[in-house]
Amino acid sequence: MIRLEPRGQQSKLMAWVSPLLAALLMLASGAILFLALGRDPVEGLYTLLILPVQDLYGISELSVKAAPILLCAVGLAVVFRAKIWNIGAEGQLLMGALGGGYVALKLIDAQGFWVLPAVLFGGIMSGMLWAMLAAWLKTAFNANEILTTIMLNYIALNLLIYAVHGPLKDPDGYNFPESAIFSYDATLPILIEGTRTHIGMAFALFGVVVVWVLLSRSFLGFQIKVLGLDQSAARLAGFREKHLVWISLGISGAFAGLAGVSEVAGPIGQLVPQISPGYGYAAIIVAFLGRLHPVGILLATLLMALIYMGGELAQINLGLPVALTGLFQGMLLFYLLACDVLINYRIRFGRSLPLTTTQGER
Amino acid sequence: MSNQIPRLRLSGITKTYPGCIANDGVSLSLEAGEIHALLGENGAGKSTLMKIIYGVIKPDKGELFWDGVPIEISSPAEARRNGIGMVFQHFSLFETLSITENIALALGDEAGDLDRLASRIKEVSQHYGMALNPDRDVHTLSVGERQRVEIVRCLIQPISLLILDEPTSVLTPQEVDALFVTLRQLANDGCTILFISHKLNEVKALCHNATILREGRVTGNCDPQIESTTRIAGMMVGEDTPLSTEYPKVQGAEIALEISDLNLRSDEPFGTNLKHLNLQVRSGEILGIAGVAGNGQEEFLAALSGETPLNQAKIIQFNGNDISRFRPDQRRRLGVGFVPEERLGRGAIPEMSLTENALLTGYDMPLKTAGMINFSACRSFARKIVSSFKVRCSGIESEAQSLSGGNLQKFIIGREVLQSPKLLIAAHPTWGVDVGAATAIHKSLIELRNQGAAILVISEDIDELFLICDRLGAICHGQLSPFKPTLETDISEIGRWMAGDFATEVA
Repeated sequence: MIRLEPRGQQSKLMAWVSPLLAALLMLASGAILFLALGRDPVEGLYTLLILPVQDLYGISELSVKAAPILLCAVGLAVVFRAKIWNIGAEGQLLMGALGGGYVALKLIDAQGFWVLPAVLFGGIMSGMLWAMLAAWLKTAFNANEILTTIMLNYIALNLLIYAVHGPLKDPDGYNFPESAIFSYDATLPILIEGTRTHIGMAFALFGVVVVWVLLSRSFLGFQIKVLGLDQSAARLAGFREKHLVWISLGISGAFAGLAGVSEVAGPIGQLVPQISPGYGYAAIIVAFLGRLHPVGILLATLLMALIYMGGELAQINLGLPVALTGLFQGMLLFYLLACDVLINYRIRFGRSLPLTTTQGER
Repeated sequence: MSNQIPRLRLSGITKTYPGCIANDGVSLSLEAGEIHALLGENGAGKSTLMKIIYGVIKPDKGELFWDGVPIEISSPAEARRNGIGMVFQHFSLFETLSITENIALALGDEAGDLDRLASRIKEVSQHYGMALNPDRDVHTLSVGERQRVEIVRCLIQPISLLILDEPTSVLTPQEVDALFVTLRQLANDGCTILFISHKLNEVKALCHNATILREGRVTGNCDPQIESTTRIAGMMVGEDTPLSTEYPKVQGAEIALEISDLNLRSDEPFGTNLKHLNLQVRSGEILGIAGVAGNGQEEFLAALSGETPLNQAKIIQFNGNDISRFRPDQRRRLGVGFVPEERLGRGAIPEMSLTENALLTGYDMPLKTAGMINFSACRSFARKIVSSFKVRCSGIESEAQSLSGGNLQKFIIGREVLQSPKLLIAAHPTWGVDVGAATAIHKSLIELRNQGAAILVISEDIDELFLICDRLGAICHGQLSPFKPTLETDISEIGRWMAGDFATEVA
């Protein structure tokens, strides 16, 4: 008989082994899935995980996919540490794209080095303010941020769709729901000639460093962590709870906004109805898979971006539906949650011993 | 002793948890009609042992004999069927239900008709001198009355062993006396009582026999009526631990903290409203507030710390500053330190290291520069706390939750004291702490007092308050009693104040 026995204290080792175990279980289940679909599992996994990054072009495309996920996820690492569950990175990303895109379209005839920073600033502020709406609802009305941020995602998406169908539609665009193409000065420079790798990836890597410093070196990060671990301790220590809610949601929204504006001012180059294939949601999985640690998140982002690319390749090469991406993402989160049980419990085989109801207490 | 078969005999009970042995070969024998004390410090294994008897936990090794027959008690329900009842330290009652409804819930199907149950409750409670009106809602009851409900619940069914876990910790001295009358009558009726406590004077007053536990082992058996207090205390804490001493009482200097007519409505449904609180704490004195838990202490402490904001001026004044509207961090900056009731949680973050927990309230030492944490300063502050307060830990990077209660409390007290506060507010500073740590904490508070700090101690432990405080009062139903120098009052007066009778004796 298999049973779970409380460890008595959290296992630090298991906290890091669990994501690896989850990834392995995802691969194993994936292989079984390919078999069930009548495909060679080795070829399937190869297409999904290795084929996409076989050459420089593939790796550069990986960075294009990774940049927005990484930006959203490092922002989420901050807010999740405060145990504020911002599920709205997707909406904040879309608002960042819309706000930044609006600035870019207003400055479509402008020239100069200041145009791009203005566009980026517009995107960051839009994402931040969108997240702060949830902060306001939480601090003023005690509204649950999980619900408000999810609902704000739909509002953001519909605002974007309205904008590209109406006020921001390209007048010379034959009535397609798209904006005009942004000017050269409003688009992100390419980092590696001949690829689509843009400076957004550099922003994302810089974001990793910023968040690492914030969480492990700054007093603000310490206060955010304390708030997440114990509200009453934070209150007694004199940390200002409402301020921290505003700040951490704002930081997270700003990063998502930067991700959004980097997409429209980068690889996309204009406002379109479909900006994100769910980067903001994928970032939630990435943040937990990376244990809310910036470096862990970087690694998890690469895996998630790979699944995105592999899903597209599997569609092309194997004729499988692109839903494969969502399926693998879902399995990853599912297994991660299951494996995380092992942080607090160990598996024991053998005869059933008495159950203890109160662990560690004498 | 008698040569009849004991009602309950434990033999070689061993229970191991990861990292500690809670019970190590414990043997114990309980006769019918005997009041038997199980004495020991917190963490000695008393709770584990009685949970084993009550079927909450199964032992790894060892046997139980009930009237001489080996039995296995696999659940509390089975324990109850065998006639074993237990009153836990923390009550499990539904506030919004009546006494009858609560007892019916506990009994399940056996409760039967509610009206018949109500009259049975009345009958049982009257028989044992614990008057209860079965129709009252639990939230209207005092803590002492709630405990009676728990006891009556056990007595409704045929019972031959009643286990009480630290039953007196929530009672006023007068309520304790009433409880003892009931327990003696129960014992006369043939019921065995297992009385778990760490208070020697109570055990001496009540019990026929005592078994002493230390670090999971039985360190002695004695007749508490005959054995000397010092010997029993020695068995509890080990011979090498110094026991409490006496501290000279002093008079304070100028007023440091002044509270004028503090009124506060509690947001909690069953919280206590504070009514017209007036109080002065002078620098260089320790002021103590006694009281049974739930009489407004939490609300009062939250108002003092700034966690509950006040929107009136001139209510709380500290060294000439009106701090009524100040946030907790602003109060700290003026030199107010807090030792909260909950060690793990408000006092220290369980998952964080001692270094980080030193930063938690010591940040203005300063332990930060330009928003960045100065980790070397944090570490040296944590090391200073650990060394000057003799905190036993595996290092300053160990998590707060890995420390024993007493050591963590020494750390928290040390963290506040070493910031040299001008006013220290301490709630239950030695609650659940072993004698050695309690003595160390008392000494450090006295030392801080002698350096000229004003100290306010709120505690449920009257002995502690009499030991360290220079002036004493009590809180009841959100109201404060008058305050008197400790030397001019006595336990019975404070006990009456704790019960809400604020008349003063003419000295």
